Amino acid sequence: MEFGLSQEQRFLRDSVQRYLSEQMPLDRVRAFADGTDSTVARAGWHGLAELGISALLLPEAAGGLGLKALDAAVVAQTFGEHVTPGPFLGTGAVAAHVLGATLPQDDPLLAELAAGKLIVGAALSETSGAREDAQITYQATGDGGVLSGRALHVLHPKAHQFIVASRAGALHLVAADAPGLTLTQTTTIDRTRPTCELRFAETPARSLSDDPALLASTLDLARVMIAADTVGAAYAMLQQAVAYAQEREQFNRPIASFQAVKHMCAEMAAALEPCQAMVWYAAHALDALPEEAHLTALHTKAHVSEVGTRVAKTATEVHGGMGFTDLLGLHYWFKRIGFNRQTLGTPDLLRRQAARAQGLLASGA
Amino acid sequence: MFPDPLNFPGGTAPMDLSYGPEYEAFREEVRRFLSTHGPSAPRTMRLRAPETIAWQQRLIEHGYAARTIPKEYGGYGAEPDILKSRIIAEEFARAGVSAGLGGQGISMLVPTLLELGTPAQREQFIRPTIEGRMIWCQGYSEPGAGSDLASLRTRAELDGDHWVVNGQKIWTSTAREADWIFCLVRTEPDAPKHKGISFLLFEMNTPGIEVRPLVDMTGHANFNETFFTDVRVPRTQIVGERGQGWQVANSILGNERDSLGNPNATLARLHALMALMREERIDGRPVSDDPVLVDRLMRLQGQIMAMGHNDLRVLSAKLGSADDARLARMIIKLEGTELRHALEGLAIDVMGELGLAYEDHPLLRDGGSWQSQYMYFLGLIIGGGTSQIQKNIISERGLGMPKEPKYPAGV
Repeated sequence: MEFGLSQEQRFLRDSVQRYLSEQMPLDRVRAFADGTDSTVARAGWHGLAELGISALLLPEAAGGLGLKALDAAVVAQTFGEHVTPGPFLGTGAVAAHVLGATLPQDDPLLAELAAGKLIVGAALSETSGAREDAQITYQATGDGGVLSGRALHVLHPKAHQFIVASRAGALHLVAADAPGLTLTQTTTIDRTRPTCELRFAETPARSLSDDPALLASTLDLARVMIAADTVGAAYAMLQQAVAYAQEREQFNRPIASFQAVKHMCAEMAAALEPCQAMVWYAAHALDALPEEAHLTALHTKAHVSEVGTRVAKTATEVHGGMGFTDLLGLHYWFKRIGFNRQTLGTPDLLRRQAARAQGLLASGA
Repeated sequence: MFPDPLNFPGGTAPMDLSYGPEYEAFREEVRRFLSTHGPSAPRTMRLRAPETIAWQQRLIEHGYAARTIPKEYGGYGAEPDILKSRIIAEEFARAGVSAGLGGQGISMLVPTLLELGTPAQREQFIRPTIEGRMIWCQGYSEPGAGSDLASLRTRAELDGDHWVVNGQKIWTSTAREADWIFCLVRTEPDAPKHKGISFLLFEMNTPGIEVRPLVDMTGHANFNETFFTDVRVPRTQIVGERGQGWQVANSILGNERDSLGNPNATLARLHALMALMREERIDGRPVSDDPVLVDRLMRLQGQIMAMGHNDLRVLSAKLGSADDARLARMIIKLEGTELRHALEGLAIDVMGELGLAYEDHPLLRDGGSWQSQYMYFLGLIIGGGTSQIQKNIISERGLGMPKEPKYPAGV
């Protein structure tokens, strides 16, 4: 019996952390966020590709490393910890999972994906509560098929290709320069992670899968990755809060010696620590426990988001007025956690799904 | 700076939640025992009842109680094996069969004597205690010494070959049933408070002891107040040296904190709550269709899942994983008791005004267990180190934050 990370997973985590500390420190993240250097995310992804991150979840037959969701969760957590911009969620997780399962293993797209040269965006948000009546429909034509409609909150506006979920639960692949596709970049609260809106007007698309089970497993994977990212970001906020409280003096003593401040930090740690085990378990369930995987993924993103939101607020309060400034940069983690909470299912929506999955709310409330 | 939780060492083996073939064979053995002997187990383990003592004896013979207590003291004499102990607990819980006597004598005093008792003390006390023939109570807390237990004032003075004990203890559960008490007393009044305490053992029928039941908010006297007036205790009935009682007591306090947030018990209550929600109706519709109450249930289910996973991590750490899960262990009492209290509280809201029913009310649900457990777990949030003391421990020992500056003595 062994619950936790293996030595290999620890090495993987350490190598990604070393890379991010050296190549993607907060001032680089800031340069990307304020628009002074738009190359940061792309350059970072190329560096990470050299560590194998872009190939991590791809099957070995497709030129990938054939690693598992738990390995990917370890990596996602370090990205949250370092508020790393870049296309890991859409490209490293969603595209590797979907394209690895649907394209022929010798498809040149897979080799490019593994090498970090192909960036893939993800238009999945309408599966998790469509807003503005946005929806995508697919129509088969003689020589393939076309997509019509509108997708909001699409990840990775600079992508070469987009994976698009249709209203029917099918998955499609669309080139960014396909005819009839209009892309509008949209600003979000988390400037390290821009999104876009896509409008399709009979846009040619490659059909990948019409199996709802693939869409479901893709959402489970994405949600566990997002939860891992939140756990990393929340630990980073807790660590900064504890360090700040030990430095900051008021009333002739470090504020870390006031019980009110200590208890805020203890409450953060007590809520967050089980989230670490939960993310490991949820990722392991995707790899090895199919009966539990879906319910665990729903609860993991919901619960970790709730704890993350509380940690983000409390850690900011521990910093006092400094926490509210742009100068300190704590807000990057606050917004990271906020983005993660809203994207691909808020806690309320996921809990409703979890209830239905167990036969509760049977009357359709 | 506290140890970086993102950089604790990982294990050496990949994630594997199975216990392995040796342990699954052991599980089968436990199941066979339960199907053969389970039906003859007493429903309730009434202290000192002949059927209780007979069942306890049978459990010890098969290695399901007093498992790691050496044979020479009446135990089964097995090597400690965390997974086997866990399998026993899981299988007995699943079968709804008593896994033997608990209580502070068995869970706290016996391990203390094994570690720090004299050969004569082990000989005298361990066998009758684990067999259920000798009942103990614990004399730690006092009216003026709760969270600050080390400030306790019950004193013992040497008079020839006897300690003479005077003072008062509170929260002494089973004091009315107990044959003996293990008791913290101040023997060195001039020493610093942690160094002036000794750990004494004495009989509850010694002249000068008075026990008064303490009725708590559940309406029952789960605890007592215990008064000592010139109680004479032979001077050899001390565990450890004079003035070392604090260390003796603390050698096992951690065990108690771990056990108060038992995730298996919480999971069983969650399932009972889900059953209750499917049965209870509001205006003819099952509560399990009410979106607000179901959302509250799902919140708790997520938290309970996380605590269950945390428990697996702690189990793995106890089995020797490179991840020592220090912080994960420290939070169990705080999170586990608060979570359980919230769960019992949701059941009361599920019942609406029926949640007010108690004791002999004709519409009482589940024997009133939701109401009494809701109150009982508030007691456990306070007892065994309050939630606020837990937060001090987490912030100081877990996160490396400084202690509150001391108030000058005597102010």
